[in-house]
Amino acid sequence: MKEFDYYKPLTLKEATALYDRYGASSKLLLGGTDLVVLMSDGVVNPDVVIDLKGIEELKRLELKDGFLHIGARTTFSELIESSVVKEKFPIIWEASRFIASVGIRNKATLVGNICSAVPSADSAPALLVRDAVVVAASEEGNREIPISEFFVGPRKTVLKKGEIVTEIKVPEIKNKFGGSYIKLGRYSGEDLAQVGVATLAVEGNKYSVAFCAVAPVPVRATEVEEFLKGKEITDELLNEAKPIALKAISPISDVRASKEYRMRMSGVVFARSMKTSVLRLEGNGPEYGDRLV
Amino acid sequence: MKREINFTLNGDPVSIEVRPNEKLLDVLRDHLGVKSPKHGCGRGECGACSVLLNGKSIRSCITLAVEVDGQEIVTLEGLEKNGLTDLQKSFLKHNAFQCGFCAPGFTISATELLNNNPHPDENEIREAISGNLCRCTGYKNIVGAILDVAKKK
Repeated sequence: MKEFDYYKPLTLKEATALYDRYGASSKLLLGGTDLVVLMSDGVVNPDVVIDLKGIEELKRLELKDGFLHIGARTTFSELIESSVVKEKFPIIWEASRFIASVGIRNKATLVGNICSAVPSADSAPALLVRDAVVVAASEEGNREIPISEFFVGPRKTVLKKGEIVTEIKVPEIKNKFGGSYIKLGRYSGEDLAQVGVATLAVEGNKYSVAFCAVAPVPVRATEVEEFLKGKEITDELLNEAKPIALKAISPISDVRASKEYRMRMSGVVFARSMKTSVLRLEGNGPEYGDRLV
Repeated sequence: MKREINFTLNGDPVSIEVRPNEKLLDVLRDHLGVKSPKHGCGRGECGACSVLLNGKSIRSCITLAVEVDGQEIVTLEGLEKNGLTDLQKSFLKHNAFQCGFCAPGFTISATELLNNNPHPDENEIREAISGNLCRCTGYKNIVGAILDVAKKK
């Protein structure tokens, strides 16, 4: 690993000033489960590393004014341990449980996962179907970005120079709802998803669908949401919906799966997730966190 | 540029100068003589380098040493300060490991599990150790050994 200078600011103001000064020659550090690997491999070689773990205000995890505020320092283990997340944001809870393993989740953060912006980011589909908002701070002030506009390519986001993501805001849903995140992988543990699908069913036949690992960025499948809107979910309807859902994705072949396999399984997993979400909405689905593949 | 870090290692205060690009695993093994965490994959995927950071298992191979300034680290050496733990005795009894390279990591993960949940079922055990790879055994005896402790507690 190349030598670098290490800063651990204690306030956000200090952090934005440092990040503004060093720009592209610096990297922000939270859990480091992605960054330290990239630095070890020599893929990323910053002159300066800014560790955000000293900043108290980034340690937030609370439900306030109708939003769940997930501060940048919040780890996946902390999300899993939170009763508010489990009860009111169960898809995020479920997705967190399928991320890597305990030893990674104890350090890895949801904000870090989003900022790494890999196509297979497990937390992204859950945030997409819950209409999460990314809050970024810089020397110029704060900016809010809908998660659906946040990713622009593999490892690329809309963040501008000097912007630090301070938290993710997720709106509470007042109506009854059910959701699910299904991760198809080769084994449990550190494996990345071959296909990831989150769905949400809200009382009154409103639905949301999002995928990861099957397109250059995690994507929301809005066309199929429109198609399903107002309809009761049946096996026949899901068969009609599958090809519409798959229009949103464009998988590639890699070491984990071929594009053909991903395409086929995306349809299967989409239908299974949607059925599960509807069952959970009705109160008789499998427990959140149960493995569905 | 080197900087001094201070942390608690297995109950004792430690003060050491490190470069920011040094990993916790290397500092523990090469500078502090703590050899139980092992260098396996070097990218957080095999669990052999696991240590407890403030009671939670982490991968020391993808943690910078500077990150643990002011924190508390426990390794296998700390767990067995007063002799083998019940978990370690159970691993022995069940002949859970062959080469033993992964054993410290499994011990750290299982210790964390049993601290949080003294009576885990088999699924919870398998979930807790899913980030630890063993290439000799089939995990059966490892799971059996942890289940045994969980039942006795």
